[in-house]
Amino acid sequence: MLHIINKSSLERGSLDSCLELIGTGTLLLIEDAVYAATRGHASSGKLSEIAAKRNVFVLVPDCEARGVADRLIEGVKAVDYGGFVDLVAENPNCHSWL
Amino acid sequence: MPNIEVNGKTYETDEEGYLVNLGDWNTDVADFIAKVENVDMTDQHWEVVNFLRQYYDEYQIAPAVRVLTKAIGKTLGPEKGNSQYLYELFPYGPAKQACKIAGLPKPTGCV
Amino acid sequence: MTTKKFMFVNRKAPYGTVYALESLEVVLITAAFDQDVSLVFMDDGVYQLKKGQQTKGIEHKNFSPTYRALEGYDIEKLYVDRESMTARSLTEDDLLVPVTVLSRDQLTSLFEEQDVVLSF
Repeated sequence: MLHIINKSSLERGSLDSCLELIGTGTLLLIEDAVYAATRGHASSGKLSEIAAKRNVFVLVPDCEARGVADRLIEGVKAVDYGGFVDLVAENPNCHSWL
Repeated sequence: MPNIEVNGKTYETDEEGYLVNLGDWNTDVADFIAKVENVDMTDQHWEVVNFLRQYYDEYQIAPAVRVLTKAIGKTLGPEKGNSQYLYELFPYGPAKQACKIAGLPKPTGCV
Repeated sequence: MTTKKFMFVNRKAPYGTVYALESLEVVLITAAFDQDVSLVFMDDGVYQLKKGQQTKGIEHKNFSPTYRALEGYDIEKLYVDRESMTARSLTEDDLLVPVTVLSRDQLTSLFEEQDVVLSF
């Protein structure tokens, strides 16, 4: 399953809840959720742990818009809009966390 | 005037005559809008219009009159950085009229 | 007109929601009334001031350069919350404009001396 998160992990609990039950799923961070994948961010530690075991992606245009494309943590993979579509198509199902 | 036509090309404007697309602007369009506004463009007018475009390029907003006046005073000198000088060039308001000619949106907070 | 102390509290990241842009527009309008205006950036709001924003990819207007225009509008009291910066690994060098970094205690005092507080 593809899990999509679009809210900041310091403002909402969606990243924490998602990480609890991600299982063998894939994670895609978009919009304000991308900050969590930046070096030194309070959520970057647990994200690194997951990225070592699972596929974790961030949407590059959202990172660029926020000025953080140059400070992404190791192990996180970058995708553009085309890659976003591919991820949705590749996965049997998808959960966009509110 | 919902649209204006300059040199055979059509440009979209809003109901007050401001260009809808910033990128549409060129000096011919500026001349056309100036004519509609009854402004006879001189070098002094162009100086203000170009100043506004530079300001927008740097800050992504059209400045309020007070801010424009101060900024012009700093860059072009106090004899130009006063509202009397600017209102002589643009009688209906330097912010409104000059912004329109410069192809910028109406200044924020300007009603 | 008597001068009041206005404070804008900015707590949202830019682009994900419209709060940051709305706040900035209200601040620019308020500047016309010659009030004593302070801006506070805390929680994800500190990201509004992050250098290097490039919004072409998301087809959204990049309004971050406008924070640099605030000085010309005589809005010079910009404060950021130290703890919010630390949680995001940001330093003053990462920000577009000069700011004053405040501790939570200093922020408490700043909040208490305001006449009007607007939250975005």
